[in-house]
Amino acid sequence: MNKDFRMYDMEIRHAPDAGGHFDRFGGKYAAETLMGPLAELEAAFYASWEDESFQAERLRLLQQYVGRPTPLYHAEHLSRAIGGAQIILKREDLTHTGAHKINNTIGQGLLAQRMGKKRVIAETGAGQHGVATATVAAMFDMQCDVYMGREDMRRQAPNVFRMELLGARVIPVDCGSGTLKDALNEALRDWVASCETTFYIIGTVAGPHPYPLMVRQYHAVIGQEARAQCLEQFGRLPDVAMACVGGGSNAMGLLHPLRDDDIRLVAVEAAGHGLDGDEHAASMLAGRPGILHGNLTYLLEDAEGQIKGTHSISAGLDYPGVGPELAAMYEAGRLELDSATDDQALEAFSRLAHTEGILPALESSHALAAAMRMAADMSPDEMILVNLSGRGDKDLDTVMQVFGKDAKAAAGGAA
Amino acid sequence: MSLDRLQSCFERCKAESRAALVGYLTAGDPNPATSEKLLHVLAKSADIIEIGMPFSDPMADGPSIQAASERSLAAGTKMHDVFHLCLSVRKARPEAGIVLMGYANVAYAMGYEHFAEQAALAGADGVLIVDIPPEESGDFDAALKAHALHSIRLVAPTSSVQRRELAAKTASGFIYYVSLTGITGAEMGAVSDIRTQVDSLHNQSGLPICVGFGIKTVEQARSVAAFADGVVIGSHFVSCIAEHAGNESAMLAALDKTCAAMRAAMGNGSKP
Ligand SMILES: Cc1ncc(COP(=O)(O)O)c(C=O)c1O
Repeated sequence: MNKDFRMYDMEIRHAPDAGGHFDRFGGKYAAETLMGPLAELEAAFYASWEDESFQAERLRLLQQYVGRPTPLYHAEHLSRAIGGAQIILKREDLTHTGAHKINNTIGQGLLAQRMGKKRVIAETGAGQHGVATATVAAMFDMQCDVYMGREDMRRQAPNVFRMELLGARVIPVDCGSGTLKDALNEALRDWVASCETTFYIIGTVAGPHPYPLMVRQYHAVIGQEARAQCLEQFGRLPDVAMACVGGGSNAMGLLHPLRDDDIRLVAVEAAGHGLDGDEHAASMLAGRPGILHGNLTYLLEDAEGQIKGTHSISAGLDYPGVGPELAAMYEAGRLELDSATDDQALEAFSRLAHTEGILPALESSHALAAAMRMAADMSPDEMILVNLSGRGDKDLDTVMQVFGKDAKAAAGGAA
Repeated sequence: MSLDRLQSCFERCKAESRAALVGYLTAGDPNPATSEKLLHVLAKSADIIEIGMPFSDPMADGPSIQAASERSLAAGTKMHDVFHLCLSVRKARPEAGIVLMGYANVAYAMGYEHFAEQAALAGADGVLIVDIPPEESGDFDAALKAHALHSIRLVAPTSSVQRRELAAKTASGFIYYVSLTGITGAEMGAVSDIRTQVDSLHNQSGLPICVGFGIKTVEQARSVAAFADGVVIGSHFVSCIAEHAGNESAMLAALDKTCAAMRAAMGNGSKP
């Protein structure tokens, strides 16, 4: 293998059991119609993972098309302004299409090709996964349909247009709350009917086995690079690693390769308008185990097991569940939880813009908000590694609405 | 003894040389009070009544049954209402088969053991959970068994030979053959294909085979009743509720009429 690829670890570590369970979480809670296609997918995934030419092509695309490795950037100005621990950013915002999501769609897109599927479908919340799917579908010449909640289409309008420019069809979802979970339901309904010809590219580490494992493996490049870059640039590993959690793909991508090191791992959930009410999306902090979308995991649900509506200012975190492996790591005590409210995320957004000249995605701003809070109580020779999972261009409409058109107030208000 | 009630249903139908009519409605749709009347109308014609437990995220259902769940939950239906409705049907029809159908999280939230206990107390004979396949059914099946409830299994066109064997081995009561690769309420597949599948399932398992998903017309029902042990009608019955929204008596009359037509299509005395 090319020597540039040496930082990537091809071992599947901490694999689930044969049924896809991470301790008591995960599994394959799927309709009978999908059990055959899921078994076929699992076999194809494992075979491709062992296939050196498949891996070489995947890594070549990650390098030449996506722009990996992404930089590791020491946010010195931000760190100095806070006066605590050093904040280090893994710059997934600099990937092609502007978020980590493309690491996964390159992998699943190649797998779809290998399996001879001519059509791909996806669900999307923020639109980043939809854009990343439409992008690989364009490149691989596959038909692409993306399900997106009506409400999310409104708040992420630029991404809808991007997907359409890339040749994808965006299908509005009106059922339920018209957000990410409903888009996932619709995509599953499509796949139940089309599984023989269609590959379902799930956008996070959720869904039935093998999705949580597969998506984690495709995103593991984030943490593997960050680990090597930390050692090279700073001569040491960070003390803490943090990421925001919607379904958990950017979190697993960063944290999985660091879990055997002596590093605190922190997942940051969306606290929306606050954890005391119902308007948040903090499924581990405020939820309990249940079964949805093919796996057993922490969910926001009522006493009867009905799934609750969620709220987050960032569409990508507006999901009532979390990947099962994160639930297992949390219960095993290997994952700490934190949260950030809408307001705290907005403040972190402004602060990073102002001090470092970087506009982060509102999703990533949640991780940043928690990191800034934690850094303030730490010493300047400690290090917090934060996954800057995406760039904020897609969120300008939302941010404009909150701050009015006065960008100066946005930056000044937070400084 | 509830373990035998489903079996007697099929035996009775067989003696009458016809297929069993398996009718589905979502409990609490459009509200618990009207739902009770609708279920009683259904129970007049159906040999086996499938009572849907409403769920916020019915991933395997098409628009018709999705809307039924939404209406039911919006009317405030809770699981104790579902069990109450089930018991009400049981009291009206002591000999009918009753199957509770729904999604895993509703049973999981109650705890499988408590769920099974309540289902048995409500007079159900079996349970079918769409998203608990045999691979994940260990604890759930044990709870059902402890309360003498059947665990109904689905077999789909995409199910491999091994999966069919697994279903045949782990199911009880009957096997539900999904007549199409898709969600409820979609277009039914070709009758000849369905027949081939049902015939081969009959060779694999001694259990009765019911066919459902997408059966909407009397002609379709009649053609499937010719070879299946039971015909499941869901979305088509549920659509009476949406069509006559706000007019309970029209809703009940429409359901009564369509149920009777479907019952007649089961091939009274004509099944070989
Ligand atoms: C930039 C960005 N970060 C994070 C997320 C949340 O997803 P996940 O938790 O799977 O990383 C999204 C989802 O759309 C996103 O676009």
